[in-house]
Amino acid sequence: MNVFFALTTACYVASSIGYQGYVLFQKRPIYKVAKILLWVGFLCHTGVIAVQYFKAGHFPVQNLHETLSTFGWAVVGVFLILQLKFNLMVLGALVAPLATLAVVIASILPNPPIEIDPVFKGLWRTFHVGTLILGNAAFAIAFLVAILYLIQEKAIKDKKRGFFFRRLPSLQLLDSMGYSCLIAGFPMLTFGIITGVIYAQMVTGRFWTWDQKEILAGITWLVYAALLHQRLAVGWQGKRAAIMTILGFAVLFLTFFLRFLG
Amino acid sequence: MVEKSEIVVVGLNHKTAPVEVRERLAFSSEDTPEVLETMRQDQCVDEIMLFSTCNRVEFLLATKDIPEAVEAVKDFLADFKKTPRQVFEDALYVYDGDEAVLHIFRVASSLDSMMIGEPQILGQIKEAYQQASDHGTCAVVLNRLMHRSFSVAKRVRTETGIGDHAVSISYAAVELGRKIFGELEGKAVLLIGAGEMAELAVENLVTNRAQPIFVANRTFERGLEIAERFRGTAIRFEEVPDYLNVVDIVISSTGASHYILMREDFKGVMRARKNRPLFLIDIAVPRDIDPEINRISNVYVYDIDDLKSAIQENMEERQKEALRGERIVDEAVVQFRRWFQSLDVVPTIVALREKTEEIRQAELKKTFASLTSASEQDRAAIERLTAALVKKILHDPTLFLKQIGGYKDKNSLYVDITRRLFNLDERNNCE
Repeated sequence: MNVFFALTTACYVASSIGYQGYVLFQKRPIYKVAKILLWVGFLCHTGVIAVQYFKAGHFPVQNLHETLSTFGWAVVGVFLILQLKFNLMVLGALVAPLATLAVVIASILPNPPIEIDPVFKGLWRTFHVGTLILGNAAFAIAFLVAILYLIQEKAIKDKKRGFFFRRLPSLQLLDSMGYSCLIAGFPMLTFGIITGVIYAQMVTGRFWTWDQKEILAGITWLVYAALLHQRLAVGWQGKRAAIMTILGFAVLFLTFFLRFLG
Repeated sequence: MVEKSEIVVVGLNHKTAPVEVRERLAFSSEDTPEVLETMRQDQCVDEIMLFSTCNRVEFLLATKDIPEAVEAVKDFLADFKKTPRQVFEDALYVYDGDEAVLHIFRVASSLDSMMIGEPQILGQIKEAYQQASDHGTCAVVLNRLMHRSFSVAKRVRTETGIGDHAVSISYAAVELGRKIFGELEGKAVLLIGAGEMAELAVENLVTNRAQPIFVANRTFERGLEIAERFRGTAIRFEEVPDYLNVVDIVISSTGASHYILMREDFKGVMRARKNRPLFLIDIAVPRDIDPEINRISNVYVYDIDDLKSAIQENMEERQKEALRGERIVDEAVVQFRRWFQSLDVVPTIVALREKTEEIRQAELKKTFASLTSASEQDRAAIERLTAALVKKILHDPTLFLKQIGGYKDKNSLYVDITRRLFNLDERNNCE
């Protein structure tokens, strides 16, 4: 295994532990260390992915190993960007472990070298894959935020204050953060699917083949489109929106894995 | 050799004395000058300060004779308050030395308060100190002790979360509001009915920039009156359901014997408000708001018991923080002891000699290094000269320090001045 990839994994693991420690003990220095570790891990990871990209000439998403790794990278990247605006400190306690899980599973999976068909290269494909990965990362974070929302909502509703009530931010903040992720993720998903369709036309001569993967991708898009519509038009927010966000991610997750296992 | 003053606290508080005793012994700030003037006449009292609040009465003294001083305080209390000793004697506590310092630090830091972490106590102590200062009954020891206790109290407040969690109904409402809405700025509030607690809650919300404020009262005039106070708008009682679309926080406190907000009132409300959250606070007993409403999505209903249990939890949280405060206080007691011990005459004379000797040696070394031509004899002469010089210079101050016992309560002062004059504490970080 690549040294940098190992370093990335180590940083993510340490950062995850740090974030859990922060949630538990509420000490700012722990948080700062965890954040720095995550940044270091992210920069290493960026290096790894950049090398893979230039070697192969496309995003490293040819097998499950590469895809998981790239997904973990994107999740951390989107999170770090979001942190600049929202500074939701406890979220790291979920994001870092998710990224860790992705790279750890990736590192135990085989990484067979793949002969790339030249048709898999090119600008369309880079766009298709790039936007989908970023979109998925945004949805993954929306999913994590929705979980936090439901925990906090339950604490307030049931009047059972305590561990989470004190540590989690306001419902308003969680809701608007989830919304921001959706707003960011949806155009990317849409663009990713459109470029995918065009790309399919270029490669196979057909826009839409009704295979399992395409159907699921379509369903994912519909779920998120419905959620976004409800939020914008009907003003859905809060609990129902959070549940829908989680549902949407479940479908997304299924699509993602069927791509490799199905 | 003279003895220096010791610190003693004689007092009672909410833990040791019932309110009947406390109110009987409490001193008003008008009484205080007389108390201080009378007590300072006592032979055994070197320095004195009186601290009296509704929860405690404490005499803080510096004295050379602890038992005598304690008796003097008891006599004074019995005499001044025309109360037989047996009424309060059992409730009194007496601390001296480190224990007294610890006690004062804990009181100032609000660790000894009925409501742990309440912020008023420090101001009250400062005021008491100010009075004693004005009457000149505080000198070196109590001055230092009080200044230390102020800085300890400040440290405890900033470094622990002792004052962080809301422990009153109105603050608990604000805290919950923050967990729902994030910022309260611009959140519309509706007050139904009236009442001290409800109005206090509205006031806290206004302080957090919640606005606009609506007030509904069965008597419209009364509503107008309250609304005016919060620069709000009075609405008719019948209009309340219509305003559920508009407001974000409702505080209800009426004398009604039945629910005034029913689940039916909320039909279509959430749709109209585009599901924006609604926070309903029911302070009334019997309750004003149907608890069933809490089941509606994005609506949160808290009644008085819910708020009280929130406060209970916060109290426990404060107690945890108080433990961290105790550690800070313990540390400060050790530091204070170090300074206090340095007030003894003997260590001061020793320190004085050590310092001058150090200077002498250093200067000799410098001189000899450049005086290469000097013979062994010359060196010995210089050595003798400097030693004699230092000894002569120190002779009078030493004698003075040894004799100052004759001045009541002045020895600590002179020792302290000596130490400062010669900067003997530069290695101790006492301040």
